[in-house]
Amino acid sequence: MDISFTDVSHIYQQNSPFEYHALKDLSFSIPSGKFVAIVGHTGSGKSTLIQHLNGLLRPTKGTIEIGDYRLIAGEKPKEIKGLRKKVGVVFQYPEHQLFEETIAKDIAFGPKNFGATDEEIAERIPEVMRAVNLSETLLERSPFDLSGGQMRRVAIAGVLAMNPEVLVLDEPTAGLDPKGQQEIMDMFYQLHHDKGLTTILVTHSMEDALKYAEHVIILEGGRKHLEGDVGEVFTQKQTLKEVQLDVPEVIQFLMDLDERMGIRIPYEKQTIDVLSNQIKQHLKARR
Amino acid sequence: MASSLIIGQYVPEESVVHKLDPRTKIVMIFAFVIFVFFANNGWSYLWLTAFSIGAALSTKIKLRYIARGLKPVWFLIVFTFLLHLFVTREGDVLFDIIGFPIYTGALIQGVQISMRFFLLILVTSMLTLTTTPIEITDAIETLLHPLKKVKFPVHELALMMSISLRFIPTLMQETEKISKAQASRGVDFRTGPLKERIQAVVPLLVPLFVSAFKRAEELAMAMEARGYKGGEGRSKLRELEVRARDYLAVVVFILMIVGLFLLRDM
Ligand SMILES: Nc1ncnc2c1ncn2[C@@H]1O[C@H](COP(=O)(O)OP(=O)(O)OP(=O)(O)O)[C@@H](O)[C@H]1O
Ligand SMILES: [Mg+2]
Repeated sequence: MDISFTDVSHIYQQNSPFEYHALKDLSFSIPSGKFVAIVGHTGSGKSTLIQHLNGLLRPTKGTIEIGDYRLIAGEKPKEIKGLRKKVGVVFQYPEHQLFEETIAKDIAFGPKNFGATDEEIAERIPEVMRAVNLSETLLERSPFDLSGGQMRRVAIAGVLAMNPEVLVLDEPTAGLDPKGQQEIMDMFYQLHHDKGLTTILVTHSMEDALKYAEHVIILEGGRKHLEGDVGEVFTQKQTLKEVQLDVPEVIQFLMDLDERMGIRIPYEKQTIDVLSNQIKQHLKARR
Repeated sequence: MASSLIIGQYVPEESVVHKLDPRTKIVMIFAFVIFVFFANNGWSYLWLTAFSIGAALSTKIKLRYIARGLKPVWFLIVFTFLLHLFVTREGDVLFDIIGFPIYTGALIQGVQISMRFFLLILVTSMLTLTTTPIEITDAIETLLHPLKKVKFPVHELALMMSISLRFIPTLMQETEKISKAQASRGVDFRTGPLKERIQAVVPLLVPLFVSAFKRAEELAMAMEARGYKGGEGRSKLRELEVRARDYLAVVVFILMIVGLFLLRDM
């Protein structure tokens, strides 16, 4: 589903001493099927932004369009449930949302609320368990007996089981071990391609944004600081520095390589192996 | 969504009322609550109202904000007024409203009771508006200190209070977070038949309890690890101190009470 924000502002607790302007005149659009990263410092409004995507928050000003759904400031949205069915959100620390007696029931909870039949659910459960790399033998266990990382996977499976068209991920790997982080991100990347999802990833990690996303939006103090394709955004060292963000390591390396040795290699999401071969070619050519 | 009800909320400002010793505030408000019941005529109510609004103004918190925050309470005040108006049968019949006779006594009593209600709420909410929960517990602990002699667990009570107060905002945040997560999974807390709405609470309550218990356990462990062993011999980081402004506030308050008693006889 195409997503577009037009002059969207959000004010928390308007007209009180605690009033807080969390989003300011935000405009951007995300074409259907893209993988977009939203990057920014803590408190820059990332979570606020994504809560607009399924109507949990409504804009104080401006208009949001998500597929056929429109959220307009001051208007009560219709058919919010339909929107929530299509936009699956994995929140920060999603394991806090587990509540059922068994893992199977917890995964079934979302689809059931959105009217999936028992047969459909029975079909989806093994599928999503496989996607998050959990054994089906766990299905009848209580989700509270699992380790933190496993609980996270169950919670993610619960969102995937809703079969969303848009997947919104709010720092889905925060607090996991490095291997687990990589596994889960790779899983989302795979799903994004296999199912043709529109994926929106909130992250602090420039490396993850570079590795998985096609398009990046950088937020700072509720405003859009920078937006563009990954290669474009991550080479603007100066503009990134203004908001204390670093250029990802690979890009920094390529910049240094150009500066010190005059070897210019464009970044096209090469793997390290490919990149080292390219460097070797350059060095060979030089001799 | 944060509710608009302001009772129990602290609003930081740089005002005299904020800086008063919390004990002074508690004692004065307690006294005010008692003296409200001594008002017996229009002038005395006007006097108390003027004093409370003056006090509210001196907190530097916008009156409009306080008034709006008391919105849910306005309803109760109006309700009490109407109840008394229609139920009390004292004095002469003043006029009829669609067959209901309204008595003078009823009008007077309705106004009195709702005024009292209004004053009590306004003044007591000023305590929490201008005093941090920590200050309130500290004050209660020192004020109740004499009860220690009769083996009343003053320190434990204060500790329990400050822990609960400390975790109220955390719990509210958590509630909001979890209800948003479940709403994203298709739970509808707002519409639908009552039975379904009650069922919708389960996915909210279970995670809340789980995390509250986890938090309690962690807190207990952290306290033990830092050598907490009860109130005996424990010193304080913030000592409460009575200053000139506290004496001044008490003097103003006493003058107000004297004025109240003078107006009573008018
Ligand atoms: N319910 C709320 N009421 C008032 N202010 C809020 C509320 N939720 C968030 N804020 C404020 O809005 C700002 C943006 O918050 P948000 O959660 O969107 O940040 P974030 O970019 O997701 O940060 P993080 O990386 O830490 O998750 C913060 O300064 C926060 O204090
Ligand atoms: Mg966030």
